Amino acid sequence: MKEVAIPEALGGESFELEAHEGWLDWVASVDHKKIGLMYLFSSLIFFLVAGVLALVMRIQLAIPDNHFLSPAMYNQIFTMHGTTMIFLVVVPALVGFANYLVPLMIGARDMAFPRLNALGFWAQAFGGLMLYFSFATGAVNGGAPAIGWFGYAPLSETAFSYGPGVNYWILGLLGIGVGTLTAGINLIATVICLRAPGMSIRRLPLFVWMTLVTAFLIVLVMPILNAGLVMLLVDRLLNAHFFRAGSGGSAVLWQHVFWSFGHPEVYIMVLPAFGMISEIVPVFSGKPIYGYDFVAASTVAIAFLSLTVWAHHMFAVGLGHTFDLFFGFTSMAIAVPTGVKIFNWTATMYQGRVRFTTSMMFAVGFLLMFTIGGLSGVAFAVVPIDWQLTDSYFVVAHFHYVLFGGTAFAVFGGAYYWFPKMSGRMLDERWGKVHFWLTLIGFNLTFMVQHVLGMLGMPRRVFTYPPLPGWEAMNMISTVGAFILGFSVLIFIVNVVVSLRSGKVAGDNPWGAWTLEWATTSPPPEENFAHGVPPVRGRRPLWDLAHPDRTDEMMMKLAG
Amino acid sequence: MPDKTMPEKTLPENTMPDRTKVGVGLFLLSEGNFFLILLITYVYFHSMPGDGPSASSSLNPMHTLVFSICLFLSSATIHLAGRSFKLGKRRAVSGWLALTVALGAIFLCGQVREYLGLFAHGVSINTNLFGSTFFTLTGFHGLHVLIGLFALAALLGIAMSGRLGEIKPSGFEAVSMYWHFVDAVWVVIFTVVYLWPLVA
Repeated sequence: MKEVAIPEALGGESFELEAHEGWLDWVASVDHKKIGLMYLFSSLIFFLVAGVLALVMRIQLAIPDNHFLSPAMYNQIFTMHGTTMIFLVVVPALVGFANYLVPLMIGARDMAFPRLNALGFWAQAFGGLMLYFSFATGAVNGGAPAIGWFGYAPLSETAFSYGPGVNYWILGLLGIGVGTLTAGINLIATVICLRAPGMSIRRLPLFVWMTLVTAFLIVLVMPILNAGLVMLLVDRLLNAHFFRAGSGGSAVLWQHVFWSFGHPEVYIMVLPAFGMISEIVPVFSGKPIYGYDFVAASTVAIAFLSLTVWAHHMFAVGLGHTFDLFFGFTSMAIAVPTGVKIFNWTATMYQGRVRFTTSMMFAVGFLLMFTIGGLSGVAFAVVPIDWQLTDSYFVVAHFHYVLFGGTAFAVFGGAYYWFPKMSGRMLDERWGKVHFWLTLIGFNLTFMVQHVLGMLGMPRRVFTYPPLPGWEAMNMISTVGAFILGFSVLIFIVNVVVSLRSGKVAGDNPWGAWTLEWATTSPPPEENFAHGVPPVRGRRPLWDLAHPDRTDEMMMKLAG
Repeated sequence: MPDKTMPEKTLPENTMPDRTKVGVGLFLLSEGNFFLILLITYVYFHSMPGDGPSASSSLNPMHTLVFSICLFLSSATIHLAGRSFKLGKRRAVSGWLALTVALGAIFLCGQVREYLGLFAHGVSINTNLFGSTFFTLTGFHGLHVLIGLFALAALLGIAMSGRLGEIKPSGFEAVSMYWHFVDAVWVVIFTVVYLWPLVA
């Protein structure tokens, strides 16, 4: 048993925490750092699983008229790849970083609700296992769900997916949804209620800002998905009629419900990545972020707009001219606050003393790749372009530029940046750079050509294709790129494993960064700040501490 | 910047909102969105009725109003229980809580009776879209009432065993907020599902 004293601020009691040995120390933990690391670990495991699924798809598509996979199997694999990457890789990775970093960055002892935090993680983890149980239902029953990650009705109804695979998909997503929702509630309560003295809302590190806004989106839209899933489950198990057109239901209603969750979800997956970039770029440019207020405010603008753009996924439905105009307009409008951020980051680097560490290289890679994904995204807001390109490989290329070129690059950048804090050791920079270049090359080989394939008319979600001119070569390039990308991930994992054992010892603040998490030891002690939280009088407390003669406050006064 | 004048020694929780209330508030916000989607779905299908039973042909608003009033009243009783709790009147807390539980239970019994009546007339969740939307919407609300009853019963048990002092005010407040929410959702559902067919 271990006595844990709660600071007077949190009620001043103390309670007994049972000290566990070995794996129980992790499984029974309610510590935000351990839970954060478990989120990151589970995200990495599912990343490998879904990555293998992607490689299997690319093998199937490497040559025309291939029969490596059956069509039914191919459908299951792309469904599981998409569902896993979104719900079990990207979101948990971002929630994991937020879990680990937010309390440290605001100078708190833990999250607002530590036990709820553990519940959320385990709900998410068991939801993931539930999802993969669908494979065990066997080929006779249809195996895993084969409905795509957005599970359109009526394909997801019993008439077309008779096996229990889709039920596992629904229950798995409900578990994951509950987990994500509790994490969102917890993060907001933490930021609102547990900030250290002096940490006003306008001094929050930008990663915390973006996490806060993301968490609000989670609270608002996860229940929309849950409601949709519940209705689908009632349709499937109790023979209700919500999405069954044959008895008066509406398949388009599912699309509305799903995408009014699904599009904000895209921003849930990218805003925290923006936050990471907003921490990494200033530190390695040797300058404070350019336009803090604009970065924060544009995030809020993105969040509001993201709730109003969903039907741009549905232009092909034929909603009517007015609908299309409205959603086309909002979808273009959301590019404005996003573009503001790109300028903020670029201007931060401008005339800075840029240090090209691996983390910074991933951040710069993010800027370039995400901009490409953003531009192809704006193109889709033009309704006729969408009609032409929808459900083609152009869409696949677009969202991989956003989610891999954007979020995954930022997460890798964040991994190199915060690994020293989490483990006490540095990730190897030489291998890191090899990892970066292989990722960049592999990623662009895989997905750049898919823009062209899409424009040539190759539809997504087909298990094979005829040997049309150009298709063969471009698909082969894409497959080769995918394997380079897969190899780069292996390098990253080897780097993590080796560095954990024998990496250079990091020290408290290896990058000369300014936010509070770098004030404590690496890794931080259980109570986070053994010697108290440093005073917070500005946005960069550690800079102020190191330069008492020219703190941010003084410089602001000088500047008037 | 306004915070410059803030003394550095201020302890966070003294100046910041109570986290239990913030957490429960956010939870209820998400719950509200959940019910909003179910309600929109109900309205969407109600506005283009198909064959078979409908709200106007199957529901009896007057019967439902009787047990709905019990739920509405229970919002007042939980409020009075909370006020007694703040004033430290332990026996009054138990009394008001017991009344709240009783009113909530009457509501649930009324709903069960209503369901049984509908089943007897061949209206169930798989009959048609009215059945699907009606039972899903009101069923999930009933489930929330049931969960609220468990929480209230737990509070009541603690109050009757004289350990009310161990409960934090925010914990009591959390249950109360949830119960008010469940009540408010029913105000909307009752209006849309039961009263709308009367005027339309």
